[in-house]
Amino acid sequence: MKQVNYAKESKDSVKTKSPLKIILDYIFNSFTIAEMEVRKLRHDPTELLTRAVQPVLWLLIFGQAFSRIRAIPTGNVNYQTFMAPGILAQSMMFISIFYGLSIIWDKDQGILQKLIAMPVPRAAFVTGKAFGAGIRAISQVIIILFLSYLLGLNIKWSLLNIIMSIFTIILGAAFFSSLSMALAAIVKSRERFMGIGQVITMPLFFASNAIYPIQIMPHWLQIIAKINPLSYVVELLRGYLINGSISGTGFDWLILILATVVIQVISAVLYPHIVT
Amino acid sequence: MNFSIEIKNLKKKFRDFEAVGGITFNVEKGEVFGLLGPNGAGKTTTIRMITTLMPPTSGEIFVAGYDAKKYGATIRKYIGYVPQALSADSTLTGYENLLFVAKLLRLNKKEREERIDYILNMLNLKDAENRLIKEYSGGMIRRLEIGQAIIHRPEVLILDEPTVGLDPVARLNVWKVLETLRKETGLTILITTHYMEEAEAICGRIAIMNSGKIVAMGTPEELKLKTGNPDATLEDVFTFFTGNQLESGGSYRETSQLRKRIQRFS
Repeated sequence: MKQVNYAKESKDSVKTKSPLKIILDYIFNSFTIAEMEVRKLRHDPTELLTRAVQPVLWLLIFGQAFSRIRAIPTGNVNYQTFMAPGILAQSMMFISIFYGLSIIWDKDQGILQKLIAMPVPRAAFVTGKAFGAGIRAISQVIIILFLSYLLGLNIKWSLLNIIMSIFTIILGAAFFSSLSMALAAIVKSRERFMGIGQVITMPLFFASNAIYPIQIMPHWLQIIAKINPLSYVVELLRGYLINGSISGTGFDWLILILATVVIQVISAVLYPHIVT
Repeated sequence: MNFSIEIKNLKKKFRDFEAVGGITFNVEKGEVFGLLGPNGAGKTTTIRMITTLMPPTSGEIFVAGYDAKKYGATIRKYIGYVPQALSADSTLTGYENLLFVAKLLRLNKKEREERIDYILNMLNLKDAENRLIKEYSGGMIRRLEIGQAIIHRPEVLILDEPTVGLDPVARLNVWKVLETLRKETGLTILITTHYMEEAEAICGRIAIMNSGKIVAMGTPEELKLKTGNPDATLEDVFTFFTGNQLESGGSYRETSQLRKRIQRFS
């Protein structure tokens, strides 16, 4: 087989790479990276089972204990039903916020250096990984819904609502994994990243409407909860899974999509610096 | 123009430390060129600048005729890069690792399957294509990585210390693969190494680097002649030009990384 050199192409052809081609490359490359993330999961699905433990504990132990107090206003559903979408959002966030570890791991292994030296739009790595994180998080929807069914929780069992919840979770996971990748690109080492990950997860969780409504918080915490993207994920999930409302969610979607796009751009800019 | 790589007065400074201190060399098309030197000589930094992973402080780099300052993205099409660390994804199979790269490079399905099949056969990895990289030996991983780097038929293959931590047989197999590639495809190969026997076995020309400078350049024979001792080994050549023994001990970080890599290989 003879070597065919790209060098034989006209040297001008590369300068005028059309914007459409760049966008197509970006989209296809993102899909390829997400596909590989899914293939990895298929080779070793044990991760999904271990990830189920924490949300199960929250729902069963914390949820049961707190339902007895009846101190939290949860509308016309019991406390466990109220918190189920919150726990779903929480477990999605816990997984996604440590997703940046995978790019530090890739860097330590040398995978990243090689990928970055390839003729691939660098933003595609961040988008693809975020998409992969989203697909991983779908398993959490299945686990929580299954458990809710076993516990006889008052969930709206409609296919459309479940599909919308899945989209919400994918977007939420994309946001938090992008945030995580941006942090990873800044701190660069596994130890420091673990520290930061642990520091930010709990505040994000407690300063949200995941396990209690925003109205019962003190004023200053309400402000934080309202700018916390996790609150928007929970609000959407609660809308779909408990109230069954599809309409009137446009604002939450807009906020989440905007936040994801902004953090994606930031990670895409920071990401290549992780190797230097 | 017959040069695949042209480097002119290339410098890289990290704060007040000069890792690469003004080096100049050209690599001809179809040549195997070796950068030889101890750890910390500036080889990897040089490679990173050529692969556009890192901008130079000053100086010029041309790869396949393209100026790295302006055409970084284009240069990445012409090079295949095998970094020092193990870069194959251990949680995917050999086939998937090749598929991943082929898809990222947007080869169409037919071309993709042809290339992957050709590469797996050439590298003698066809039987292991569906095994996870975790189960590969160090030599197999290295060969697969070379496969990943050449899937898009690059003009230049750049390898950073490709045989560190490999046993002698695996090392020989990597050399064979590189020789086959050069013969069959006319690929230009730029390799860094601190193994004398590696430089002697595969390189047409070598540049000896020490403390960020090139202290000697030429074919292994030429360099031996310059020492005035016809029986000189390349080790002697190195000592002659640098006044140092060639020793591979590096900093704490390098040593610990090297050990980790050896653990993964064995």
